[in-house]
Amino acid sequence: MDMKVAKKLGLKERYSLMTRDLAWDTTFHTTEEVFPQTTYEGIKIHDWDKWEDPFRLTMDAYWKYQAEKERKLYAILDGFNQNNGHLSVTDARYINVLKLFLGSTPPLELMAARGFSMMGRQMNGAGPRVACQMQAVDEYRHFQTQIHSISNYNKYYNGMDEFAHQQSRMWYLSDGKSFFDDAITAGPFEFMVAIGFAFEYVLTNILFVPFISGAAYNGDMAAMTVGFSAQSDEARHMTLGLECIKFMLEQDPDNLPIVQRWIDKWTWRGTRKLASVGMMMDYMLPKRIMSFKEAWEMYVEDNGGSLFKDLARYGITIPKCFGQTIEEKEHVTHQSWIGFYMKPDATPFHTWIPSPDEMDWLSEKYPNTFDKYYRPVLEHLDAQEKAGNRYNNKTQPMNCQVCVSTMKFNEPGDPMEMCFRESEYKGEKFHTCSDHCKEIFDNEPEKYVQTFISSHQGLQGNCEPDGVDVNAPDYKPGSQMLDYWKLDKRATGDFNGSDDQANFAKWREQATKN
Amino acid sequence: MTMLKTLAPYEFKSSDALENYKGKQLLYVNWERHRMFSRPFVLALPPETPFSVIIDQYMTDCFSYHPDWKQIDWKTVVWQNSNTAFKPDRNKSLKENGIGHKDLIRFRTPGLDGIAGTGY
Repeated sequence: MDMKVAKKLGLKERYSLMTRDLAWDTTFHTTEEVFPQTTYEGIKIHDWDKWEDPFRLTMDAYWKYQAEKERKLYAILDGFNQNNGHLSVTDARYINVLKLFLGSTPPLELMAARGFSMMGRQMNGAGPRVACQMQAVDEYRHFQTQIHSISNYNKYYNGMDEFAHQQSRMWYLSDGKSFFDDAITAGPFEFMVAIGFAFEYVLTNILFVPFISGAAYNGDMAAMTVGFSAQSDEARHMTLGLECIKFMLEQDPDNLPIVQRWIDKWTWRGTRKLASVGMMMDYMLPKRIMSFKEAWEMYVEDNGGSLFKDLARYGITIPKCFGQTIEEKEHVTHQSWIGFYMKPDATPFHTWIPSPDEMDWLSEKYPNTFDKYYRPVLEHLDAQEKAGNRYNNKTQPMNCQVCVSTMKFNEPGDPMEMCFRESEYKGEKFHTCSDHCKEIFDNEPEKYVQTFISSHQGLQGNCEPDGVDVNAPDYKPGSQMLDYWKLDKRATGDFNGSDDQANFAKWREQATKN
Repeated sequence: MTMLKTLAPYEFKSSDALENYKGKQLLYVNWERHRMFSRPFVLALPPETPFSVIIDQYMTDCFSYHPDWKQIDWKTVVWQNSNTAFKPDRNKSLKENGIGHKDLIRFRTPGLDGIAGTGY
């Protein structure tokens, strides 16, 4: 008897069966009742079937690809760890890059996973729902692999074990937390513009280049491999973000002003978030890839600029903040490093003054600003440290009500002056760091009055470690923030004289000498 | 007008409302053109606190690390509350000086522009 072999499905049929065909029309409740989030933001969608999935990736193919990538990644991680790969990085200062990254990035990947899971439920239309689901799984994978790649360092170096506890509590992590809290509490379309477009498309290279290439340049095979393993996912994410923007703009002309406002808002919020990434490129990588300024020019001004040219046919204009970001690219990294350097007690990573040749590199990369504004103060602080008077500003910071950065940026056009903006809402003052953050506040004050500002919460008595008697006569609110953050004291202070510095030198010597 | 769109009533209190500070109020202080301090600092103090305490205790503790601090001629210092010029009376309280919750005191020291005149 002849076997009847069913014909193998073509790619298109497979995609249709495994995505679009999985959806159904609701019958017990109306579509509006089941998907209320797709309309309340004011975005008008007339035909969800017009959504083009640029990848046509089905779940079964997705699992196969990702599993293969995982196998390769963990083989390399194991090899790196078993061969004491941590001793092959350029210099122990590099490990502080990982500490900064660990606190600031994996928790945000997790928030992205949560956000895209919500989008997968909230979006009406099988195409975007499947794409959002896959992105949610990707983000979860990035969260895990980043932590796994760094966990080996945690056996040897201080300050990495409490990153999850610190994420929603510590002053310098509040900017990233606020960024994602803002996005995830918006509606699904704003979330897509915030994360899918502004962050993944316009700004993601600024995060990837310093971290992955920085890892490669500095001998960290573990972090480098994690980066490469994530990069093919990133390409898919960028395309999803862009597809969503185009879909909204093509569906109804009324969507344009809403989308434009979100692009303006989220490009700015992303820019503020990346100030500390830039600082890592210019100050923390022992072997540097390129300056933050150069990266900004290449990835944001050139690539982002041509992206916005492409979107001009839909009526989209370059984000309002673009001019200010171009001016600030020569300043923000220096301003950020000074801000961190002066708080040696309050971060789980070390800071230091750049060596003379590193300062020369900065002069060369920042010919308009470094010698004029930043070198003299760094040299002054260096002399103070050498004289046994290391800078330690023990005060608590003032923060922007929107981006939650400390108020450390200059007035546009005048690098010697601080920039302050303020608004009044229901009789209370709210301070912001820039015109753009002020505009974001003024558009939705109900949202931003809730901002968690670590120093303020401390002064209210909300940041006390267990066992503190808040009714004791000598109780001083906020005086035990370091314990509340579970900050490992060995991980604080200047790099010079740290455990990490001494141990790395000792272990490397053991590995290379008899 | 707000642009906030929500699916349900949306009313939340300010995280930093005055009543959260149990009789104290927030005060920010910034020394202009001395950006070595990176950003203003924040204090929570009763409104009855004399202004002299701000200068003699809190500002001195923080700012005396800067070599310009000793050089200040206090007669020439220019004070602002946010962007409004004002003249604080050392011996009067924050309240009597018109300083309210979350006010930002900015002071300028003419002729002193930070390390090597860089604003730092």
